[in-house]
Amino acid sequence: MKLLEYQAKEVFRKYQIQTPNEKMAQNPEEALEFAQDIGFPLVVKAQVPVGGRGKAGGIKLANNADEARSYAQQILGMNIKQCNVKKILISQALPLNHEYYISVTLDRTIQKPIFIVSPSGGVDIEEIGRTQPEKIFQLPVDLLLGIKAYQLKKVFQYCFQQEENPPSIQEFSELLEKMYALYLKEDASLVEINPLVVIDKKFVALDAKLIIDDNALYRHASYQQWLDEDPEETTQERLARSAGLSYISLEGNIACIVNGAGLAMATMDVVKHWGGDPANFLDIGGSSNPEKMVNALKIVLSNAKVNSVLINIFGGITRCDDIASGLIQAIQTTSFKLPLSVRLIGTNDESARAMLKQHQIEVFTDMNLAIKRAVMHSREAGI
Amino acid sequence: MSILVDKLSKVLVHGITGRDGSFHTRQMIDYGTNIVGGVTPGKGGTLVHDVPVYNSAIEAVKETQANVSIIYVPEKFAPDAIVEAADAGVELIVCITEGLAVHDVMKINQYLKQKKVRLLGPNCPGVISPGKAKVGIMPGQIFKPGSVGVISRSGTLTYEIVYNLTQAGFGTSTCIGIGGDPIIGTSFIDALELFRKDPETDSIVLIGEIGGDAEEQAAKYIHQFMPDTKVVSFIAGRTAPPEKRMGHAGAIISQGKGTAEGKVEALEAVGIKVAQKPSDIPELLK
Repeated sequence: MKLLEYQAKEVFRKYQIQTPNEKMAQNPEEALEFAQDIGFPLVVKAQVPVGGRGKAGGIKLANNADEARSYAQQILGMNIKQCNVKKILISQALPLNHEYYISVTLDRTIQKPIFIVSPSGGVDIEEIGRTQPEKIFQLPVDLLLGIKAYQLKKVFQYCFQQEENPPSIQEFSELLEKMYALYLKEDASLVEINPLVVIDKKFVALDAKLIIDDNALYRHASYQQWLDEDPEETTQERLARSAGLSYISLEGNIACIVNGAGLAMATMDVVKHWGGDPANFLDIGGSSNPEKMVNALKIVLSNAKVNSVLINIFGGITRCDDIASGLIQAIQTTSFKLPLSVRLIGTNDESARAMLKQHQIEVFTDMNLAIKRAVMHSREAGI
Repeated sequence: MSILVDKLSKVLVHGITGRDGSFHTRQMIDYGTNIVGGVTPGKGGTLVHDVPVYNSAIEAVKETQANVSIIYVPEKFAPDAIVEAADAGVELIVCITEGLAVHDVMKINQYLKQKKVRLLGPNCPGVISPGKAKVGIMPGQIFKPGSVGVISRSGTLTYEIVYNLTQAGFGTSTCIGIGGDPIIGTSFIDALELFRKDPETDSIVLIGEIGGDAEEQAAKYIHQFMPDTKVVSFIAGRTAPPEKRMGHAGAIISQGKGTAEGKVEALEAVGIKVAQKPSDIPELLK
């Protein structure tokens, strides 16, 4: 779960990580009221979970009330990378002397948390990596030992040597400890401050990015309130999430219903290979349950772009007969009219094929054949 | 020979009384796996498919001398079940359950490494040595014994590829599903090392996907330690959009890293042929 900036900063403040004086507003009136409290100059920031907000015009500096109102109006309702802006952050403008980058995330290779620090913040870490890889410092954290003091000293000296009025190494150490505590206690997969600035020898997080492990959300009830307002989530993605299915919206028109994430990705790849365009990634998951198939069909059918439906199931823990009965149930209970291409193989596939045959549904055993058929359906529908 | 499991493996099923645990216990027994016991707290003393159920792993291992555990326990309780199995003294733990919190697995992995207990998964289909034993959820009928070692981050995609291999006449020595999570117990390299020492494995199929750099690491390992072994690969997710988690918790192109192109490039750079689609794998092995 990717948090919005204002949400991430709310969590940061719980861990005593300093942020500018700021408030989230949902309409221009609220924005203006908060602006008066905060004082000018201030920054109006679109709250969307995507990069490049500034370039898209979603971040503006306001010097007075008129500007604050007009920027608030302008930014609310903007669409940035397919996300509607429904919230803005009214934030105290702070002097930008030098921008640093700091984050803590999981290093999958060493299977440990790792801090990444750079004195060249303000741009994303990919760009620092491309242009100044020598200015990225990595501090792997041992789960038993925590952050090692000798590493911290080295990075501190390098990063803050040119700062005129540098913060103390204690300040730096405390910042890392706070971020690390947040990372562990909140089950974060990323805690990022970029840019990090120094104001009166103290570190302040001008921006904040926080991603929480979806698998751990069950033990963090406080994030539930924010789950339903992800501006990036499409209608289908929302429906799928509440049905316990894994769904990602794509641009094409061939709906793919597959069991297992790897096969679902490979199915998309092969659809493309045969000249088709997938409408989605949809993994109905491992465990068997006819209900899942019903929900999956409802979700893909709610996407108006879809003109061909492909079902690709390789039964393991999923039983093909459950899939077949779900499919029959779905066809009987919905006004399903789209061309269908079904591929079933694996656990209990024989009885599944017999069930579907009774309902005049053709079943392939070969993945390529089923996909070619779905691509053909889509082409015919497109003519 | 084969690796990890064979006819001598004595398997304990954690969560044997659940829907999936019970179904796959039956399937594993039918395949010929030596299932010696099950664990479900509170259900000790009962039988599932004639297999005795115990209240704890420690009790079960004491009674049955089990040396392999397979975990079907729901995600909230699976981390504890893994640790319990390790403390009970098994050598290999196969975790089928998906959805375990990443931080939990990070900590558990560290603990297991100290104890020298091997974890396979989580979020994996398990392991099968065809004709000998199946400790997992894969459909046994698609496999036949042979000399191809299969290592995969996926479940059903593995079946797809093995099905194609079997159709083309290639048998499998052992097929290992290492799991689709960002942190897993047994990596591609760990599995390659086991296959390298197995005289019955002549060639290897490596099934990867977007996210992380396990395939790149595997390419380096193969280049350095297995230059004479035929290795072919398939990488899923060439059409996956960036910054989106593609079902598997570990399948995400993040900050430009973990793309299918990068992996294909790394593999091809050391002479490993990468298939365009799963059905092309047998042709590349010939």
